[in-house]
Amino acid sequence: MSVASAGAEMNAVAQATPGRAAEPYAVGTAEAAAALAPSARLLPALGAVYRAQLSRAKVARIPLLFVATFQSVGIMVLMRGVVDGGSQGPAARSVVAGSTVLVVAFVALNLLAQYFGQLRASGGLDHYATLPVPPAAVVLGAAGAYASFTVPGTLATAVMGCALFQLPFANLWVLAAVIPLAGAALSGLGAALGLLAPRQELATLFGQLGMSAALLLGVLPAANLPGPIGYVRDLLPSTYGVEALARAFDAHPDWLALCGDLSVCAAVGAVSLAVATWAYRRAACR
Amino acid sequence: MSTGTDQATAARDTAVIRVRGLVKSYPALRGRRGSGKGTAAVRASDGIDLDVRRGEIFGLLGPNGAGKSTLVRQLTGLLRPDAGAIAMLGHDLVRHPERAARLLGYLGQESTALDELTVGLAAETTGRLRGLDTRTARAERDAVLEELGLTEIAGRPIKRLSGGQRRLACFAATLVGERPVLVLDEPTTGMDPVARRAVWAAVDRRRAEHGATVLLVTHNVIEAETVLDRVAVMDGGRVIACDTPAGLKALVADEVRLDLVWRDEPPLHVPEIAALRATAIIAGRRWTLRLPQERARAVVAEVTGGPAFAALDDFTLATPSLEDVYLALGGRQKGLVKA
Repeated sequence: MSVASAGAEMNAVAQATPGRAAEPYAVGTAEAAAALAPSARLLPALGAVYRAQLSRAKVARIPLLFVATFQSVGIMVLMRGVVDGGSQGPAARSVVAGSTVLVVAFVALNLLAQYFGQLRASGGLDHYATLPVPPAAVVLGAAGAYASFTVPGTLATAVMGCALFQLPFANLWVLAAVIPLAGAALSGLGAALGLLAPRQELATLFGQLGMSAALLLGVLPAANLPGPIGYVRDLLPSTYGVEALARAFDAHPDWLALCGDLSVCAAVGAVSLAVATWAYRRAACR
Repeated sequence: MSTGTDQATAARDTAVIRVRGLVKSYPALRGRRGSGKGTAAVRASDGIDLDVRRGEIFGLLGPNGAGKSTLVRQLTGLLRPDAGAIAMLGHDLVRHPERAARLLGYLGQESTALDELTVGLAAETTGRLRGLDTRTARAERDAVLEELGLTEIAGRPIKRLSGGQRRLACFAATLVGERPVLVLDEPTTGMDPVARRAVWAAVDRRRAEHGATVLLVTHNVIEAETVLDRVAVMDGGRVIACDTPAGLKALVADEVRLDLVWRDEPPLHVPEIAALRATAIIAGRRWTLRLPQERARAVVAEVTGGPAFAALDDFTLATPSLEDVYLALGGRQKGLVKA
């Protein structure tokens, strides 16, 4: 009889309706739960993702980094014949600063948006989602790596720009702050766009549009832009990186204003990376 | 009384994965303007009950679209079920899907996240993201690559490998960072026999040494028959049968499968052959017949002894496979692979 009742119990479990199904478990789970393997901690995981992403440059990214640099250098050569006031004028500073930050926009915003868009569309996010890794580690590791990809191109563009337009090299060390902060702002934006776009093509499109906006509104001197477009320029995070770098070319830079511009980059970076992390979490588990 | 309690306890202890009443539907999609109709709503998991025991290699067998991957995505915490319960090693994965990552190693069908990494770095990074420190991750990476015969290509990007090698490299990444449960979604796709043997040897070793439990998704009948301890046959989002491969084949033990391959046109002028045509599954020059043993013997005698023999290229008589079980149980789709 006891065996029969046990059998009946098992049957009841096996045929449980969805509504009732949780009950047998709720009883069984607490006592016999196995130990969970530890989760990866944020910083080591971030380091691992960063290193892995950086290694991708060797395989897939180097041609694109060349494209980013050639594009910016080409724009500077073109603009050299166009800008009023010739070398050393405010227009020259805008062109060099804008072209330099454009490298960051191309790689960190455009390419990262495409990468996350593609990863999401192809199911590649499953790999990370089935590992016990904090979402912030994946997003920050990838964003950091893409921002790092921009370093050689940004430096090359800035140096060539200074040579072309006879601007002072002395304050180029400001790039040490501009690249990471503009990189954070733009890669955060790129990651968020790539993860939020409902389709891969849209992620690519948004990335391209963002880069085009950074190109047009960053390279052209602000004074020459019509009023409403000037407001759009103010809304673009890359603008503040451009402004900060342009100020560094002054004989006596306004350091306070420069720090103000960089703070905007930092704030946008913090917000956009937080949004990207949220978007990753949302995309990884449906 | 004690017997009943013991049995219930034993069942609870040995079941590593328990699934009850699992339901997952995908909503209907509206078609694009001008392109006609969209897709209807699909019940991809339609009330699934399942128990996977400790140390078992448990298979999900079914054609594409049977709901295997949807079930696996729910077990790995990637997809939330609409209703039902999932417990893995005593943890409620419906309430805490994030715990799945700390209980299991998952090999999905896509490798895009690892494609541009080298084989070695993919394995090491995956280990680091499973919470291993650098030294342990590297030691495990070296051991697993050695075990699977990948040491020589450790420095090559996964993208530049052949399909089978790529799959093996991803499998290696799955093994770095020991887990009590392995969920493998068609792990041997595209692999040559050597690589397949390496996979099954590695799985067996983890089972023997650590009591690892393996949930395997496959649509390969031969693989299912040779490596699985138990198999759940899936169709249309349901488990239509669940037993050992031998137990399932016993369901259709009184039938055999007869394959006839004609040289050219089948000799339909022979009345016996013409009569067979109605019951045959015809694929090009191949006729497949499922017949009771006696009848099959008689047909073989007719075909090989009579005038039809001249038209015959080849014939095979085989005991039933899991594919025959699938069809006998009412499986509606084609698409199981025999290789």
